[in-house]
Amino acid sequence: MNNTQKVLNILKELTGQDLSGQMDTNLYENSLLDSMATVQLVMELEEQFGISIPISEFNRSEWETPNKIISKVESLQ
Amino acid sequence: MINLQPYTNPAYFILLIGTLLPAMIGLYFGKRLKVYEAIWTFSFLLITFGGIKWHQGIALAAYIIFQQLLVQIYKAYRKRHNSTAMFLSMIILSIFPLVIVKLAPIFPSSQLSLFGFLGISYLTFKTVQVLMELRDGTIKEIRVRDFVRFLLFFPTVSSGPIDRFKRFQADEQQVLSRDAYLVMVDRGVQYIFKGFVYKFILGYFFGTWLLPRIAHVALLERHAFFGTGLSLHLVEYMYVYSMYLFFDFAGYSLFAIGISYFLGIKTPENFNAPFRSHNIKDFWNRWHMSLSFWFRDFVFMRVTFFIMKKRLIKNRIRVSQVAYLLNFLIMGFWHGVTWYYIVYGLFHATAIIINDYWLRYKKAHPNLIKHNMFTEGIAIFLTFNTVCFSFLIFSGFLNTLWFK
Repeated sequence: MNNTQKVLNILKELTGQDLSGQMDTNLYENSLLDSMATVQLVMELEEQFGISIPISEFNRSEWETPNKIISKVESLQ
Repeated sequence: MINLQPYTNPAYFILLIGTLLPAMIGLYFGKRLKVYEAIWTFSFLLITFGGIKWHQGIALAAYIIFQQLLVQIYKAYRKRHNSTAMFLSMIILSIFPLVIVKLAPIFPSSQLSLFGFLGISYLTFKTVQVLMELRDGTIKEIRVRDFVRFLLFFPTVSSGPIDRFKRFQADEQQVLSRDAYLVMVDRGVQYIFKGFVYKFILGYFFGTWLLPRIAHVALLERHAFFGTGLSLHLVEYMYVYSMYLFFDFAGYSLFAIGISYFLGIKTPENFNAPFRSHNIKDFWNRWHMSLSFWFRDFVFMRVTFFIMKKRLIKNRIRVSQVAYLLNFLIMGFWHGVTWYYIVYGLFHATAIIINDYWLRYKKAHPNLIKHNMFTEGIAIFLTFNTVCFSFLIFSGFLNTLWFK
């Protein structure tokens, strides 16, 4: 399973939606993610990709779309 | 010596902007006049915390030295070690002066209030944030003068908006092109003029002119409705106070942001049409944003992360509820140790928990209500009234009505 698929699966768990057709949709502005879901997202990403994401590092504007999450994850790998 | 409080009248702006002109001309020519800015900051701190308020000036100086020591010691320590006990001790030490000042009103005969000065809570937010980021490793280096400049950035020193160190530092070091700087000055002017309308016209009308009159008649009816004081005038007070609170504080924030822009610093926004929120969660993304985002990032998210990582509570809904309670309770205490601030915090925690139940229910039943202008209108109306009621609690007027 590639990175994109993994991230989309995590997001599907959290938002209940398949976002593969909306890779640039803003997850916060569209109320798909809130703070609680963000913490779960961080934990899942850390676990599945073996990366470390300090909460201080989590600047929403850098993580607000599926595409941005994927590129952020890849930069931390 | 004279003493002037920030942004209290139009003449203050003439003095502020007039003395700022050399720094602005510098920025126009692509150069930050650091020495001039430092002298300017020091002079205005003297005007604010000198004269009859000299004891506040001493408290501020002692506070800055103390926090600087904490940050520099922890920075040096963090390069080699990372124990949780040390981190927690630093956080406790850093909020200790604020705790003392907040407890002072409970012990009126003590001298505790001598530690206080205008803006202490806002400076504490900044220091705690720096300590947390040093722990996370997202701040590795912070020089003595950079920390002082960040803490004492004059436009926001008294009541925010609360900036973040890395963001502030980046703005501070960036050399702006002339065009980019002129756009910022232009926006700064717009902010300040909007602030004049908000604070000196609308805030004055609601707060100074209307509010005392309504308070007077509402107090005359303190025995109404079985002794609860519930009267139409109390309802009026609730709405008028809410308007005053918004226009006064939003106006002040616009001044602080506008003056920051003149200095080439994009201080974050504090308000985004909060009375148009369609639920309480939305409200906290629009009201006193620099504070609520601080609480979101440094309290709520860290508490939930900690609870889930340690598996202290299995149920995720319960985790968020505990975190909300803690988050808003701390916010209540931060406003002051009085029953009405704490109830205000609990009220918002309860409101946001109920809001979350509703959002989950709606998600599970997607065809329940069709979204249209009518349902949106009802949502905004309900949220607005819930918020205004919370401000009535916050105002402390019920304390006067019931117990004084």
